[in-house]
Amino acid sequence: MNWQPNKHLHSFHGGIHPPENKSQSTQSAIEKALLPDELVLPIQQHIGQPAKAIVKVGDKVLKGQLIAEPNGYISAAVHAPTSGVISAIEPRALPHPSGLSELSIVIKPDGNDEWGDKTPLTDYQQADKSLLLEHIRNAGITGLGGAGFPTSVKLNPSEDLAINTLILNAAECEPYITADDMLMRERAGEVIHGLHIMAQILQPEKCLIGIEVNKPEAIDALQLAIAESPLRDNITLEPIPVKYPSGGEKQLIEILTGKQVPHGGIPADIGIVCHNVGTAAAVYRAVVEGEPVISRITTVTGDAVSRQGNIEVLLGTPISTLLTHFELQDKKLHRLVMGGPMMGFTLDDANLPAVKATNCILAATRKELPDPAPEQACIRCGMCAEACPATLLPQQLYWFAKSREFDKALSHNLLDCIECGACSYVCPSNIPLVQYYRFAKGEIRIEEHERTAADHARQRFEARTARLEQEEAEKEAKRKARAEAAAKAKQAKESTAHEDAEKESSTADAKAAVIQAALERAKARKAKKAADEAGNQSTSHQPEKAADGLSAVERAKARKAARAAESSTNEEKTTSTPPSALEKAKAKRAAGEATNTEQKDADNMSAVERAKARKAARQAEQAQAEATGDTEKPLSALERAKAKRTQAAETNKETNAEQPMSALERAKAKRASIEKEPSSNDEPTTETKDSADIIKAETATDSPALSALERAKLKRAQTTGDQADETAPAEKPLSALDRAKAKRAATAEKSSATANPAENKADSDASTSPVDTGEPMSALERAKARRVAAKADSSESTSAPAEGAKPANTSAADKPTATMSALERAKAKRALAAKQAAEETASNPTDSDT
Amino acid sequence: MTRRGNTGDVMLLVIMATLPGLAMLTWFFGWGSFINVLWATIVAVSCEAAVLLLRRRPLRHYLTDYSAVLTAVLLGLSLPPLAPWWLTMIATAFAIIVAKHLYGGLGQNPFNPAMIGYALVLIAFPVEMTSWLAPQTLAMTPDQAPGFTDALFSIFPFLSGIVTTAGTEVIDAMTMATPLDAFKHKGMITSEEFWATELIVSTESWKAWQLVSMGYLAGGLYLIYRKVFTWHIPVSMLAAIAILSLMFWSTDPSNYAYPELHLLGGATMLGAFFIATDPVTAATSIRGKLFYGAGIGVLVYLIRNWGSYPDAIAFAVLLMNFVAPLIDHYTQPRTYGHN
Repeated sequence: MNWQPNKHLHSFHGGIHPPENKSQSTQSAIEKALLPDELVLPIQQHIGQPAKAIVKVGDKVLKGQLIAEPNGYISAAVHAPTSGVISAIEPRALPHPSGLSELSIVIKPDGNDEWGDKTPLTDYQQADKSLLLEHIRNAGITGLGGAGFPTSVKLNPSEDLAINTLILNAAECEPYITADDMLMRERAGEVIHGLHIMAQILQPEKCLIGIEVNKPEAIDALQLAIAESPLRDNITLEPIPVKYPSGGEKQLIEILTGKQVPHGGIPADIGIVCHNVGTAAAVYRAVVEGEPVISRITTVTGDAVSRQGNIEVLLGTPISTLLTHFELQDKKLHRLVMGGPMMGFTLDDANLPAVKATNCILAATRKELPDPAPEQACIRCGMCAEACPATLLPQQLYWFAKSREFDKALSHNLLDCIECGACSYVCPSNIPLVQYYRFAKGEIRIEEHERTAADHARQRFEARTARLEQEEAEKEAKRKARAEAAAKAKQAKESTAHEDAEKESSTADAKAAVIQAALERAKARKAKKAADEAGNQSTSHQPEKAADGLSAVERAKARKAARAAESSTNEEKTTSTPPSALEKAKAKRAAGEATNTEQKDADNMSAVERAKARKAARQAEQAQAEATGDTEKPLSALERAKAKRTQAAETNKETNAEQPMSALERAKAKRASIEKEPSSNDEPTTETKDSADIIKAETATDSPALSALERAKLKRAQTTGDQADETAPAEKPLSALDRAKAKRAATAEKSSATANPAENKADSDASTSPVDTGEPMSALERAKARRVAAKADSSESTSAPAEGAKPANTSAADKPTATMSALERAKAKRALAAKQAAEETASNPTDSDT
Repeated sequence: MTRRGNTGDVMLLVIMATLPGLAMLTWFFGWGSFINVLWATIVAVSCEAAVLLLRRRPLRHYLTDYSAVLTAVLLGLSLPPLAPWWLTMIATAFAIIVAKHLYGGLGQNPFNPAMIGYALVLIAFPVEMTSWLAPQTLAMTPDQAPGFTDALFSIFPFLSGIVTTAGTEVIDAMTMATPLDAFKHKGMITSEEFWATELIVSTESWKAWQLVSMGYLAGGLYLIYRKVFTWHIPVSMLAAIAILSLMFWSTDPSNYAYPELHLLGGATMLGAFFIATDPVTAATSIRGKLFYGAGIGVLVYLIRNWGSYPDAIAFAVLLMNFVAPLIDHYTQPRTYGHN
């Protein structure tokens, strides 16, 4: 029966009609497998990772026994094609264009051809997908059309890709090859059965079989098989026109569906999976018969063999054995080709084994495959472009490959070339175009490899540098933590004692509060004065000068820190509302106030001095505000503690001003300058605004309901400040030094970032318990205060629990400021760099427990 | 596996396809063009061989691609039938040596070698380049028409002294401009007056040119049929000329020539099918070819009407040769799987 292609079919661009030369090998039935003296089974007969040999030399194996297991997902098992003894496991030349060697398992057949255990999946209709896939994988099935891609991988597309079409590729478009044709003629039932199993795995809406009309017997056989199949309504047999390379996966898909596989994608991306008919038959054998892939059908053809036909070949059979069987006439042989004349490759040695992908052995005479004519000049006639099934411009690609302009070749989509050879076939100048493309692809691969290698080296170097820095930082942090722990132990002891004392004298405290408040104000004033002094003196202090000079660097660091803080704020906003934020907000306001009083001086002040002054002023202000705000309440231990701390700070400042800076001071200055940066940048623009707000806020402090209004204003001031912060960095171009420092800061940042989740957790923990709420800030405060205390030799220091009590009073009103203060806190925290962050995280959880 | 091809076969096919046009030229204008073609071929092959020797390339392999012969044939057809021998020689030698081999030989030359040679002599020797013969008519008696020897001696004057005494006066008297040239230099008269004046362009001359163009058209169509090139360049070029000339002619028939004159009155057909289609120097993608051909058509019309040359194929083609790589860059076909 003569078949005509269906009218509704689509077509692909280009294509050629080389002489088919198929009839000479379809005259006789598929012959039975030969049993050679030796079977050589490379562990790599597929695309992907080589399999892993699981037998030893001397092992006795049975037919179908696993001898090499898949090594990785994209890999395929290898089985013994017959029973015998493993005589060697050694590198042998691969039947591959490269001619490279690969580890091969050599079996010496014992002649019994004794089957091992066959493992059919009885009731496979009920088996689930994963079981079927596993079975197919264990059977070592790869694409038998020639590509050799592991079938189980192809049958298992990503879950989010809905497969609506399963295509069976029966086109067999390449001249001379008739292995699939004969398979379908003789075993159409197996093919359709295999298709069922594949459909059961993929659950497509329809199955299409694309077959060139030059195989009428095969089409008839398939029709019969389909008619008997339970899936007959879902299977469509599509005779397609004869045109090379319609059997190319992409081309067949376009012919049958009109769709094109997207560039860089796979057919599954457009809901299509395509398998070769031979693969389908192999799936049937594996699942229903329990036989792994140990043989395949191979066409042995060409005028140099006296008989031409197809034969079932045990994998590993030497090609020379096949040629002898088909009566090779050595004199006639001009080229021995594995695969077809279009895409196959020449074999130099007939002793290479047949592998899973060996669909054809072409023993060609000189007349059939003459030596290529000498290459002539390309005249860009464009015949290749007309023939190209990928719609490339082969003539351009040729020029680019020849002149090594690989980037241009890439932009002309060289990588979409399927190397079908249609262009070379039509070229009137006999240019081996595909060779040029292979060369270009190879060069591009090498270039890419070199580039990635260089990238890796750079990454390794950078990672190492970062690691060394981090180790350094960690060492430092540990040292700090030890000091911290010692200090904390001491402090905890003191504060408990203090609290006990307070309980007893709480009534007396009410009266004392007024006095205390006044005292606070006085001290605050004094603190400011101290700050002023410090500011003036800073110009004469050498260390300060150094710090000042560094400030550009510091700014760079701080900017980086601020940026990081900004981004982390968003996360923190949702997770934490630490009451201590209020304190920090106040700090900011106090800073504003401090700068207000010394507007002129501020410009002259070094960054360090400003920061210190601000801190002092803030502490004073804090105490003042709290004192006024809480006048009607009994003066708590908190107030006293604050006052004390302020005093301590003050003393500290005074000492500072009077003495040359100690090492400790310098360290602090550095840290402080980091801390102050965000606000210092905005000073020129927001100073007046801040101070105005603060004056207002101060008048409001008379009212008992002070804080809500004040906080709102503060918030506004801060917002302005923060906005200014963001714009400020752009104004100063970074020097090389700045960048270097910033980079280091960023590295430190990274290490602190890892501590973040823990931090956040601690913060949220804190917000649930009034006592703990002050913790994140107070840890920070403590660190500073402790140093102050150490210096001033003060016996009373800020106590964490005492501080925590304060936010409890105002926690309801705090909410609006929470987000803002989270921002503030984040900045402060980041600015304190990795050591502090690590320290805090370490200390917080334990604090929360108390 | 390849289909054994030969670039030389393609070239020979193109050379064959010029024969109808050459036959028409010879029929109407005597043996001049035929002698030109032969002479140019001799010069071209000699030059090619000399350069190949200098470049140490295998002579046979390269000479049998017949690309030099094709260049020579196209030049011989383009030059006036009685162009002096040195004119043809200069044009051909320049085409082969400079325009082709100095760029690296066949396939590497960015400009059409024949047109480079033609443009050179057109600029350098304008008088010799604009002297076409009045066509021979069927009414002419054999002794009135310029015979082979007349043409030969006209082209190679020095030969006349050696062989025979036949003069060249007859031929000189019969010199006449091409219809396009005549139309360009018609002066202040209108188109109607121009066509009414038998003296300027005889009916015979116009008819002769139409038939010569038809000869090229026939050869070109044969090449398309043989798939030597696709229809895109000739069709887009002719369409551009036809559309433009129709537009201008329909708005102002007194001043603009009608489309037929543009399509058949000069070297348009030769250019469209044999010059513009030179694959080496043309755009290569299908869309690119359309742009390329149309560009030549537009330039031809522009130069003919507002430039100083009556026929403009050479310059239009050379200008578009410049643009071809750019066109190629922007007209890459959509590769399979790309959106």
